[in-house]
Amino acid sequence: MTTDRLISADELTAPREPGVAIRERRLGSITGYHGTAEDLVRRSQAGTLRDRGRSFTQAGTCSSFCATLQLSLIQDAVVINHAPAGCAADFPMFNLYNRYGQVKRRLEVANARLFTTNLTEQDTIFGATQKLLAAIHEAYRRFQPRAIFVTASCASGIVGEDLESTIEQAQAELGVPVASVNCEGFRSQIWATGWDAAYNAILHKVVRPARAKRPELVNIITFIGEDYFSELLRPLGLVPNLVVPFTTVEQLKRLSEAGATAQMCSTLGTFLAAGLEREFGVPEIKSPPPYGLAATDGWLREVARVTAATGSVEEVIAAERRAIAVELESLRARFAGVKAFVAAGPSHGHSFMSVLQDLGMNLVGGCMLHHDPKLDNGDPAADTLGHVVKHYGNVRYGVCNKQSYEIVNLIRRLKPDMLVVRHPSLVVSCAKLGIPTFFVDDEHLALGYRGLIRYGRKISDWLRNPSIERTLARHAPLPYTSWWLDQAPSRFVGEEA
Amino acid sequence: MTSVLELPTHFCALGAQQSVAAIERAIPILHAGPGCGYKLHTGLGGFNGYQGGGYSGGGSMPCTNTGEQEVVFGGEDRLRSVLEGALKVMDGDLFVVLTGCTSELVGDDTGHVVAEFRSRGVPVVYAATGGFRGSNLLGHDIVANAIVDQLLEPAAQIVPSLVNVWSSVPYHDPFWAGNLAAIRELLAGIGLEANVLFGPNSGGLAAWRRVPAAQFNLVLSSWPGVSVARNLQRRFGTPWLHQPTLPIGGIETSRFLRAITEFAGVADSRAARFIEAQERAFHYYFERAADFFLEFRWDLPSRFVTVSNSWYGIGISRLLANEFGLLPSHQFVTDDPPEEFRPAIVKAYREIAPEISAEVTFSQDCETIRHTLRELDAPAPIVFGSTSDRDIARELGGCHLSIATPISDRLVVNGSYFGYQGGLRLIEDLYSSILSAVQ
Repeated sequence: MTTDRLISADELTAPREPGVAIRERRLGSITGYHGTAEDLVRRSQAGTLRDRGRSFTQAGTCSSFCATLQLSLIQDAVVINHAPAGCAADFPMFNLYNRYGQVKRRLEVANARLFTTNLTEQDTIFGATQKLLAAIHEAYRRFQPRAIFVTASCASGIVGEDLESTIEQAQAELGVPVASVNCEGFRSQIWATGWDAAYNAILHKVVRPARAKRPELVNIITFIGEDYFSELLRPLGLVPNLVVPFTTVEQLKRLSEAGATAQMCSTLGTFLAAGLEREFGVPEIKSPPPYGLAATDGWLREVARVTAATGSVEEVIAAERRAIAVELESLRARFAGVKAFVAAGPSHGHSFMSVLQDLGMNLVGGCMLHHDPKLDNGDPAADTLGHVVKHYGNVRYGVCNKQSYEIVNLIRRLKPDMLVVRHPSLVVSCAKLGIPTFFVDDEHLALGYRGLIRYGRKISDWLRNPSIERTLARHAPLPYTSWWLDQAPSRFVGEEA
Repeated sequence: MTSVLELPTHFCALGAQQSVAAIERAIPILHAGPGCGYKLHTGLGGFNGYQGGGYSGGGSMPCTNTGEQEVVFGGEDRLRSVLEGALKVMDGDLFVVLTGCTSELVGDDTGHVVAEFRSRGVPVVYAATGGFRGSNLLGHDIVANAIVDQLLEPAAQIVPSLVNVWSSVPYHDPFWAGNLAAIRELLAGIGLEANVLFGPNSGGLAAWRRVPAAQFNLVLSSWPGVSVARNLQRRFGTPWLHQPTLPIGGIETSRFLRAITEFAGVADSRAARFIEAQERAFHYYFERAADFFLEFRWDLPSRFVTVSNSWYGIGISRLLANEFGLLPSHQFVTDDPPEEFRPAIVKAYREIAPEISAEVTFSQDCETIRHTLRELDAPAPIVFGSTSDRDIARELGGCHLSIATPISDRLVVNGSYFGYQGGLRLIEDLYSSILSAVQ
């Protein structure tokens, strides 16, 4: 159908990669834990960590959401969700991210290219692979995308839709990569599995072996934040390549050319970073992401060691630390004695734990959406929670997949002065406690040395006027019984499996 | 609507979780996969006017988060466990268990589990809202009928002037809360008490228990709510009045109020005086705004396109054609109305105003809309639709106002496009956005 083939006829018949295994099985990841950070690190390293389920739960998130978030912002691809139309209810969010991100990046503003096959009851009985094939062709006709991603759903998974052969057929007919993304929601309670499924599709259907290396290029696996990586890497003569949102298929195809791969959050890109190293020889920067002084020092040294960095990394570190020293001291004086609590996904939440303590706050606890006892690279140096414990000491720590009833209960007990929350649907629940609740939208805000100052200034303003939280606390009760608020936070958390 | 959809405007039946969250102190409990609740919250409540989660929506909704275990071995025990927990943890008066694709496809007998709890005296009902069953508009009726069928008893006495209102579907219509408040206010003006059932000060479970006592049911939409009114007529003998178009502006609202007063038997001088006063206020503002319409608007599009639910599209079309001097271009109905309601919708578009009619296409697929508009040999239009329609409006050199799901380019707190006020508000919002864009 097209002469502009991205893949050769040989590649079309290459053996298919199986879908990526879920994190529970691949990494031993868990969603239930109450204890301390030090204990969790120790048990993760010893391989003795076991999950604890919950007999009562609130709605979480699923792999399909996470997979689509990454794929929907690739500017010249399309995503087709093989699902009932309800699974497409996250499209408006991704379309906003797309349009808003295009405005910020001065790109032409246009809708994200997102489709649903709108599975009906009939389809669940008689199958809908022909419908999917027609959808792929129709999506291609509309946009001539450079890649097509087909995301699975609970419904398509349970009724046993054969996505693979449909996709292979479509790819052969269209001559562009058509990839299946095995992100059925029911398969994993750890929605980060969806990142893995999306990256698996990119790694095996889009990325090609490098024809020429670009040693100055550092792939950064991230979301949609401002490009503060440039200010961090420029002094070393390096250039960040922010992926996957707002890239093109061509850019992704050439991920193999970079001098290294790093991540804004190690739990986000673990599968892609390790895969690029394993399959395309692009070294992964394994030390924790550059948030907080110690992590930034270590990350820059590691980047400099692994890549073709120019300039003295020690001089860069010393100069950057000098540049922020005065204001950092004044922020530390401002935040002295402020008790903070972090609720976020790992390992970005671990980064917040470092940043808040570098800013002079007293961290009273953290609760993360899940826990990976190891990452795909299997390297103990990549342990982000271990980094926090080593540099800042032990702290109360929980693992909880967005159970707001449990987190609210825990926070009420710890009585912090400030909350840092990174997950949208948790924010208001926490704010109803009347505690200043800082939602971190731009995940790069606190990046590097200067990020400490940017972040500190923001928080300082936020702390000065928590009138929204106070109004909520007075007028918007939490939907929880007083019985529940008197129970231990782990009341519904079961024994280790 | 079974073919591929690009950026759909309606989601699945489980979206009715939002209808439950809109009932005061009602708690939706999902027997569904782990992502359904959050996805539907973002599409219907979040990135749709940024309406938020409220008391029991968003991240607060209990859910079984169906996993592989339940898919392989069944999820009834898991549902029992989550229901037990919900009754202890969640502070609510009414609990509605909604099923998703997973629990329905694996064949859980959710109704049976819920009935066990109800037999213990727990105010809990079950709604079969598996995503593949249809849209969230169907889901809304499924939930309302579940409460009617499983919880309501015949009334000892009918309360004269009490009217149950079945209209704007909560959250899917971002203006639902404002519309329901406006309906209540206008009906109060003609001597009726509106039981709006959703939104602030609507009364929660106690209001639902009053449903069988109503004098009549008012369905104010093309078709959502009709199955509920029919059900209530069957079960309790309550008569119902169908007003298929949202009344917006002076002419339509007065016509609507007169129809209600006739049906309710309250067409007295008090009602007439109220309608007159409302019209006088409407035309006071109309007269002053006429300076703008006649002296500035020469440069702006005079044709309009609606891409919305049929009852909104017809309401907006009648307002613009009958009172604001604009002409309809092609119209698009996105709510996938059941066949029995389509002829009336087509007829309403054909007869928008004397000598003025419009063609209508039933579709919610972006491409159908884009293609049809590109092929029209017509001047640049004003497009009333969702945020997804901004691109085609711009491509055609026209203007755009988001009034339909999904809306990510507006914040909607309690805005309303119902009634006299709603008509003025629509005009105000439209031309404010245009004036802002040209400066």
